[in-house]
Amino acid sequence: MTDIPKLEWKGVRKRFDGPVLDGLDLSVAAGRSLVIIGGSGQGKSVTIKIAMGLVRPDAGQVLVDGEDLIGVSGASRRKLFERIGVLFQGAALFDSLSVWENVAFRLINADGVPRKEAKARAVEALGRVHLGAHVADSYPSELSGGMQKRVGLARAVVASPEIIFFDEPTTGLDPITSAAINELIVDQVKGLGCTAVSITHDLASARTIGDEIAMLHAGKIVWRGAPAELDRTDNPYVRQFVDGRADGPMASTV
Amino acid sequence: MAAADAALPAMFKPVRAIGRSTLGALRMVGGVGMFALRGVISVFSPPWFPIQLLRQLVAIGFFSLPVVGLTAIFTGAALGLNIYTGGGRFNAEQVMPQIVALGITRELGPVLAALMLAGRVSAAIAAEIGAMRATEQIDAMRTLSTDPFRYLVAPRLLAATLVLPLLTLVADIIGVAGGWLVAVRILDFNSTIYVRNTMNFIQGWDVGSGLIKAAVFGFIVALMGCYHGYNAKGGARGVGRATTHAVVSSAILIFASDYFLTTLFTHA
Repeated sequence: MTDIPKLEWKGVRKRFDGPVLDGLDLSVAAGRSLVIIGGSGQGKSVTIKIAMGLVRPDAGQVLVDGEDLIGVSGASRRKLFERIGVLFQGAALFDSLSVWENVAFRLINADGVPRKEAKARAVEALGRVHLGAHVADSYPSELSGGMQKRVGLARAVVASPEIIFFDEPTTGLDPITSAAINELIVDQVKGLGCTAVSITHDLASARTIGDEIAMLHAGKIVWRGAPAELDRTDNPYVRQFVDGRADGPMASTV
Repeated sequence: MAAADAALPAMFKPVRAIGRSTLGALRMVGGVGMFALRGVISVFSPPWFPIQLLRQLVAIGFFSLPVVGLTAIFTGAALGLNIYTGGGRFNAEQVMPQIVALGITRELGPVLAALMLAGRVSAAIAAEIGAMRATEQIDAMRTLSTDPFRYLVAPRLLAATLVLPLLTLVADIIGVAGGWLVAVRILDFNSTIYVRNTMNFIQGWDVGSGLIKAAVFGFIVALMGCYHGYNAKGGARGVGRATTHAVVSSAILIFASDYFLTTLFTHA
């Protein structure tokens, strides 16, 4: 039974104006951290948004513990969301709420945890991402980009999810802050023992947080391997991406 | 042959354009209808968010009092002057209190309060929800097991529907007072007689029908703000567009539904 993947995309197709995902097959085993790399506009965001249940695919299945989650609604959908945590690209904090209310949002509004207990758990989660209790009562607009990312991370892990999604976790951060965020991500994922799926085009980040790396191009997975293999493989797509060349099998669309 | 092929599409271009805009309009009407239905269902089914409702009641209701009050007093005063002048043409200046009361309670109170709300509230709702859409806050809310329709849309719909009749009642009183002020201060009416004439003339239904209109207008204002904000696309420009659309469409829908409701009420 252990060979059922924690999360699996099966023949997932999605078109917007043109095809974005073209029969995507991908899976992650429980407790592993998968990083999806690829150029801009190759469908990375859509891939995880489909797995989060925010975008409906045109065809295919997304299985969590072997159960298809496409088309489920109402209570079972809410059940699904209880098992996932998401760190959004811009942190996506609610700017009308204080930091601790952001972190405790799920606890207060979905789980019915009393505010006092929710605040204690939020402060504890903030501590895990190295933010002091004094930050709890400030508002997201008063924080730097790196701190907002940390708050977003605290919000993603506060309810101990089984799967965490990271959408471009280091985009827009300086290298030092990026390294700190990467470390926090690894700590949290290992600490919770959860499955992680990240998308990024930051290779340093991919090497740090990934147990496995998959490369997405033109709506399909074109390569998959361990971080160390990134430098050894002769896969032309990976070579072009890692070496950062404009010419190669992936023509620049800029 | 080739020329005929090229001419054919060109000939059908206007037809195609009409078809496209018709389909677009139908899609929009359907979209708004489905959105409204989902909103109403969210109002009546748990989970509810009473703190959000309270916040909206204060933001939409309490903070709209000054604009609604100012609009009402000036309109009542101007209406009084105009009716006095018009009435004077056939020696009927003395009906001025009655006409002012009727005009304010049945028509101007609800419509003007709703228009002020369209400018103040519909725009604010569209901008706030549109910005939340643009910064992925709405997606984030869904992944946090909270339905944005119940948390964001339902409290705004309910608050505006409840609060606009109350604001209209305030506008009615202040509007009639505006007419009274002009009559007593400028036109030498006797204050006691003015008030007595107004009170004897006005019927419960004059005020009541206005309040029913106001509830409908309140729903429209919040619905347009939520709909355009929720469906905002394309960053800051999209938010700007959503705000404009919210205000314009609320105003037009207020006038259109005002006509139909008035028809309904005068035949009833």
